[in-house]
Amino acid sequence: MSDTLTMVGRCVRLSTRNIEAMMTALFLPVMLLLLFVYLFGGAIDTGTKYVTYVVPGVILLCAGWSSATTAVTVSQDMQGGIIDRFRSMDIGGVSVLSGHVAASIARNAASTVLVLGVALLVGFRPDAGPLAWLGAVGILLSFVLAITWLAAAIGLLAKTPEAASGFTFFVAFLPYPSSAFVPIDTMPGWLQGFARHQPVTPVTETVRGLLLDLPVGNNAWWALAWCGGIAAMSVILSAVLFQRRIR
Amino acid sequence: MGEPLAVEATGLAKSYGPISVLAGVDIAVPQGTVFSLLGPNGAGKTTTVRILATLLRPDRGQARVAGFDIARERRQVRRSISLTGQYAAVDELQTGEENLRMMARLAGLDRRAARRRAAELLDRFDLTGAARRRVGTYSGGMRRRLDLAASLVVQPSVIFLDEPTTGLDPRSRLAMWQVVTDLVGSGMTVFLTTQYLEEADRLADKISLIDAGRVVAEGTPAELKQRFADQRLELHLVDGSAYEEVVRRLGPRAIATNPAQLSVSTATDGTALHIRALLDEVDPDHTAVRRFAVHTATLDDVFLALTGHTATSPEKETADV
Repeated sequence: MSDTLTMVGRCVRLSTRNIEAMMTALFLPVMLLLLFVYLFGGAIDTGTKYVTYVVPGVILLCAGWSSATTAVTVSQDMQGGIIDRFRSMDIGGVSVLSGHVAASIARNAASTVLVLGVALLVGFRPDAGPLAWLGAVGILLSFVLAITWLAAAIGLLAKTPEAASGFTFFVAFLPYPSSAFVPIDTMPGWLQGFARHQPVTPVTETVRGLLLDLPVGNNAWWALAWCGGIAAMSVILSAVLFQRRIR
Repeated sequence: MGEPLAVEATGLAKSYGPISVLAGVDIAVPQGTVFSLLGPNGAGKTTTVRILATLLRPDRGQARVAGFDIARERRQVRRSISLTGQYAAVDELQTGEENLRMMARLAGLDRRAARRRAAELLDRFDLTGAARRRVGTYSGGMRRRLDLAASLVVQPSVIFLDEPTTGLDPRSRLAMWQVVTDLVGSGMTVFLTTQYLEEADRLADKISLIDAGRVVAEGTPAELKQRFADQRLELHLVDGSAYEEVVRRLGPRAIATNPAQLSVSTATDGTALHIRALLDEVDPDHTAVRRFAVHTATLDDVFLALTGHTATSPEKETADV
């Protein structure tokens, strides 16, 4: 446990000192929000103000982007000599990776607060009580946890940091064919089936429902099941892959 | 024998697919001594270290490190050793002090003890002035010293140094040698790999020469030099045909043949009797040899005599072999 805390300290420190990654993590989300609201939003009819519709999607999209950073830093760690040292000190893989995951959660928390702040400035008016806020934060947190652990596993699997970054592209792309940016009914029929049954849609619907005081239905359970499943699978995969590196 | 062994390996073998990296390596290192595994790039040095440090499983063979079996008692082995690899295992974005404190915490020290230990190590490795700077700004030599300091946050009983001076400039290398010499005083066993003959000669109590995954010779530096090539007779020939004739007559005794410079060497005990006899044998007409010189053997000669090639050092300072 104390190893894990030390690793968290390490990764948060490394993260705040990686200026480029930090800038990207903080300002890309704001840029995307403004892009969607002012450039695309006018042409998209969602029945509400577009900013109201799109905020959860932007947060999820950025979580996807941010997971690339995790995959790359994990992969860089595995290439450098430091992992050999950690391993020869008998530090477990889950401790090492937990550090990266915690740093990612910290980055996402910062960018989410920033996005919400800017969204409020440009007309986002959530209608949620404290419990609903708590629920929304919980769902977002479990989504970030799930895709960050997935990214960590990808970082272990990839031979180079570049490859790791490439793999996470798919994760980062997932919010587009979902209900995050446009209503699913407007998509071609063959895409609707995928869009309705992929993890980003129930997460988006739950967060949107909670923030706007709309009915959430079964989406919350689907969201939690997806996130829990992805996280559990990724943690197990990471532990195995980390051990495997001792060939 | 009799003295307890810090590292004891028998028949270590490792292949990657069809490529055999280690083909049965035996090693015995008594406690409190400096052992050097000496060999060219690709000889299997790093593989051996990684196996002994429990980072890699051998295909065959057994080993005990600090008294523990590397396969069955991996955890105990890991508690008894430290490893400094070929590439600095520190974070560039953290300061020297932060790196050391992190390693100390991971080694089980509490916050205060970790801070104290970091300060001690920074002082000992002459890095106090750079303690608050990020490692990314360090020179190669400073980085290696920090790396070594990081492996000493708790006193290991065996320390593995994998090519600790590769890529360092001569001054940093000297500083590193001093640091290693100081380590031994504290009772630690040092297991060092190097491709520099001079380094093994300077630091090691015992050397194993490794080539293509096999140990080809072992002994103290003095023993090796004596056993394999005490003195070396270097002959400079008058022309190409004389060169070929002399090399032919020497046969397998010819070492360090250099057709471009028309020179060839062979082992000798250095006595006038032996040298005279050798000259008469290879040059019966007294026309082929222009000049000769007798050199005291270096480990280079030993290596050459044993493997037929030099331990290639990329930044070789001297041109003569």
